[in-house]
Amino acid sequence: MKNIAPKLQADQYERNFSDLHPPFTQNAATTEAFRCLYCYDSPCMKACPTHIDISTFIKKISTGNLLGSAKTIYQSNWVPLTCAKACPVDVLCEGACVYNTKGEDPIQIGRLQRFVIENYFEKGMPTLFEQLPKNGKSVGIVGSGPAGLACGAELALLGYAVNIYEANKIPGGLNTWGIAPYKMRREDSLKEVELVKSFGVDIKTEVMIGKTVKVDDLLKQHDAVFLGVGLGESPQLSIKGEELSGVVGALDFIEKVKTENWTNVNVGKRVAVIGAGNTSIDAATEAKRLGAEQVYIIYRRSDVEMSAYEFEYQLAKKDGIVFHFLTSPKQIIGKDSVEGIECVKMKLAEPDIRGRRKPIPIPGSEFTIHVDMVIKAIGQETKSNFLSSIPNVTLDEEGCVIVDQTSYQTTNAKIFAGGDCINGGKEVVNAAYDGKKAAQGIHAFLSDQSKGEK
Amino acid sequence: MVDLSVNCAGIKSSNPFWLASAPPSNSAYQNCKAFEKGWGGTVWKTIGEPVMNVFNRYGGLDYNGQKIFGLNNIELISDRPIETNFREIAETKKLWPDRAVVVSLMVESKRETWHEIVKRTIDTGCDGIELNYGCPHGMSERGMGAAVGQVPEYCKMITEWVTEISTIPVLVKLTPNVSNIQLPARAAKAAGADGITLINTINSIIGVNLDPFELKPNVGGKGGHGGYAGPAVKPIALHLLSQVAIDPEVNLPISGIGGVSNWRDALEFILLGASNVQVCTAVMHHGFRIVEDMIDGMTNWMNEKGITSLDQIRGKSLPRIDNFGNFDLLNKTIARIDQQKCIHCNLCYVACEDTAHQCIDLTEENGHSKTEVREKDCVGCALCSLVCPVDNCISMVRIDDGSTSKTWNQLNEEFRKSGKPMTWEELAKFQHKHGIEIH
Ligand SMILES: Cc1cc2nc3c(=O)[nH]c(=O)nc-3n(C[C@H](O)[C@H](O)[C@H](O)COP(=O)(O)OP(=O)(O)OC[C@H]3O[C@@H](n4cnc5c(N)ncnc54)[C@H](O)[C@@H]3O)c2cc1C
Ligand SMILES: Cc1cc2nc3c(=O)[nH]c(=O)nc-3n(C[C@H](O)[C@H](O)[C@H](O)COP(=O)(O)O)c2cc1C
Ligand code: SF4
Repeated sequence: MKNIAPKLQADQYERNFSDLHPPFTQNAATTEAFRCLYCYDSPCMKACPTHIDISTFIKKISTGNLLGSAKTIYQSNWVPLTCAKACPVDVLCEGACVYNTKGEDPIQIGRLQRFVIENYFEKGMPTLFEQLPKNGKSVGIVGSGPAGLACGAELALLGYAVNIYEANKIPGGLNTWGIAPYKMRREDSLKEVELVKSFGVDIKTEVMIGKTVKVDDLLKQHDAVFLGVGLGESPQLSIKGEELSGVVGALDFIEKVKTENWTNVNVGKRVAVIGAGNTSIDAATEAKRLGAEQVYIIYRRSDVEMSAYEFEYQLAKKDGIVFHFLTSPKQIIGKDSVEGIECVKMKLAEPDIRGRRKPIPIPGSEFTIHVDMVIKAIGQETKSNFLSSIPNVTLDEEGCVIVDQTSYQTTNAKIFAGGDCINGGKEVVNAAYDGKKAAQGIHAFLSDQSKGEK
Repeated sequence: MVDLSVNCAGIKSSNPFWLASAPPSNSAYQNCKAFEKGWGGTVWKTIGEPVMNVFNRYGGLDYNGQKIFGLNNIELISDRPIETNFREIAETKKLWPDRAVVVSLMVESKRETWHEIVKRTIDTGCDGIELNYGCPHGMSERGMGAAVGQVPEYCKMITEWVTEISTIPVLVKLTPNVSNIQLPARAAKAAGADGITLINTINSIIGVNLDPFELKPNVGGKGGHGGYAGPAVKPIALHLLSQVAIDPEVNLPISGIGGVSNWRDALEFILLGASNVQVCTAVMHHGFRIVEDMIDGMTNWMNEKGITSLDQIRGKSLPRIDNFGNFDLLNKTIARIDQQKCIHCNLCYVACEDTAHQCIDLTEENGHSKTEVREKDCVGCALCSLVCPVDNCISMVRIDDGSTSKTWNQLNEEFRKSGKPMTWEELAKFQHKHGIEIH
């Protein structure tokens, strides 16, 4: 990289990456809990993809039954700390809170959940659920992201022997090395991993299924298999200059921010992030907080089509990120390292039959932005190479695993799947739900099978 | 393993939470639904004489944005035909043999009428009878309810009519609208009651509408006293409970009621001697589902404390109840403000300055106000800590070393023995000797 942004003082990094939503004090949590109306059949509960009984867990905060509150949460969701800190609550539970309709601020559900779960971990994770005796069956889980963890926890409590295989050095999937540090730190995710392990779930890291262990062997070893492999890196831009030093993938960059000492993570003085999804925003704000002087987000459509959430967009603007909408990169300029990016202005064509407005370049509108680093964040590729190698598993045209809507069974009866690899990339909370439901699907499948054998 | 089961006067239930006799326990549909949610028992909405309700019958007291701090009602006993009630009680008991089904009764003061209803009630297969001597409105004007509960002789007479023929436990539900709760309780005991239930609702007018000057609730322009219940009445209920619980002449199991909203409240009642608790207003506010946290929260609390049965803690706070004359005058506490936690609202200052003992200094420091207790002047009344909005910011600290103690009774006795009259001067000398200055 040509111009590396100057490093910051350790305490400056800490400040830059400090909690977006700081924890509640006991007093504040109780006050907020009392504000909750304890609605019946509450809309927040319906809006939560894992359907946590929110008004009940909040009621329990108000009576001082924090352990019971944690239990209510865990009954629906195995990664509630991550969800409390990283869920887009504005469009989920808090967005559905009846106070919005009353014209008042919604209950801060995420922060209350954080309060309960942090208290639970501080108490040393006292037992909440009885574990059924071992039933002699075993399930292999590929991937230790939220989908895999949820599936593993649920199955372990049902009496299964569970092995999770994780390619990465540290478990937890994107919860550990993807989610922006000002939302949550790696340690938070690892606590949730510990809880799942405490149920007897075995997690083997640095085991890449398909490489270290063959899929066939995995299928032989276990009575059923769950795929929670998530997605891969951002796709290639397929433009000139992509091989230059200073061009990086968003996931690669973000993983470094999450797993390495911040002083060791190099960031350009001027940075261009290509794409305007939530990951792009994360990459841009993280680059800025690491000390980049100027960060641009370059997106070929307009702010209306942008997939980033409104609150993420506001956060980026607050961080001083400059947005170039209706702008497409043409080539990356530089000798060995990135020196700039040539872009062209776009306009939106009339809507096609699906209502999408295709961006088309405006001839002669080319211009160059001087940058030292380009972060590619135009989505995530599916792991279709690996997935299509698995016998009898079918993928859709986007490369996502096709599963039954209720059982999460793939077209190979013994294999189930959930999380980003079936939905093409949603949120942690969706993966957590899938994992739990798939575990129930696996349990039903294997229970039926044993009935058949008898 | 925690065991929440209780036995109140021979009526057993799997947990201490019963529905109080009130709208939530009005019908088989409601009681069965409550049992499904986990309630340990129910006291069926009072049945008896033919009645007809007015439409608008409740008034709520909201406080600082919280709804229903108190609930007032002018509702009568069950307005459903008695035959329907008997049929549904029998059906409910059959469906839920392991839950307590108690039936609340109120009829006119005639021996035969009482005998008749008691027999028919027993025939339903229910577990017990509760005599409603508490209803403060509507029924009392007809010589029933509180009209009975307020006159110990009536209370005894009618209870005898019931106990002389009842084959199942009889609880007597008392009205709080008396000056000495022990008298009707003793009357119930003398008449052979198996247990006491308290409290029923408190005489109240919930409010006046400032605009048309109507009372709340407003029944076509008129209103009157009703019965007050809900969180606001809990302190009164706790007191009356303790009075009956410590009375050696009563010595009966007590089913506690009055503002129980959660498991913490329930524990307070049990610590003051209640065998179990009954709940009305909290259920009317949030539904039967609240019992889940009541059971869960109480279980978790007991687990944490290593308590396995409520019998181990029942009445455990009663021995602490004593007369003022036996309180230690030299147990010195003073207020201390944690400057780190202070948010500078200065509420403690104005409370002490205007209404207590003028011993908090208000000064300026680093651009904000600073409040500090002048410890030598602080009498330790605790008002500042009560008004402070921050948890654990103002703590009441004990400063005497515990080596000396003196109660008012002891002090009086000393004066009596020495032959000196207790004058202001002598009292000041005593205070001075112990470093106490009253300005
Ligand atoms: C940068 C970024 C930020 C995000 N921020 C948020 C946010 O703030 N809030 C939110 O709700 N969601 C966020 N998400 C989305 C969220 O992280 C995902 O939806 C979620 O993690 C998906 O869970 P998963 O279990 O399906 O997959 P992942 O979390 O991706 O986990 C998959 C795991 O499988 C492992 N694996 C893959 N292949 C193999 C193999 N062959 N053998 C063994 N192991 C394998 C991987 O190493 C990985 O650990 C973000 C995503 C990204 C990329
Ligand atoms: C609307 C209403 C109706 C009631 N009806 C009866 C009744 O029929 N019989 C009775 O014994 N008590 C009746 N009560 C009193 C309750 O059983 C209970 O003693 C009182 O409400 C205090 O408990 P709480 O604070 O939990 O509400 C009624 C209370 C209310 C609020
Ligand atoms: S609570 Fe039900 S019965 Fe009462 S006023 Fe409302 S709708 Fe009518």
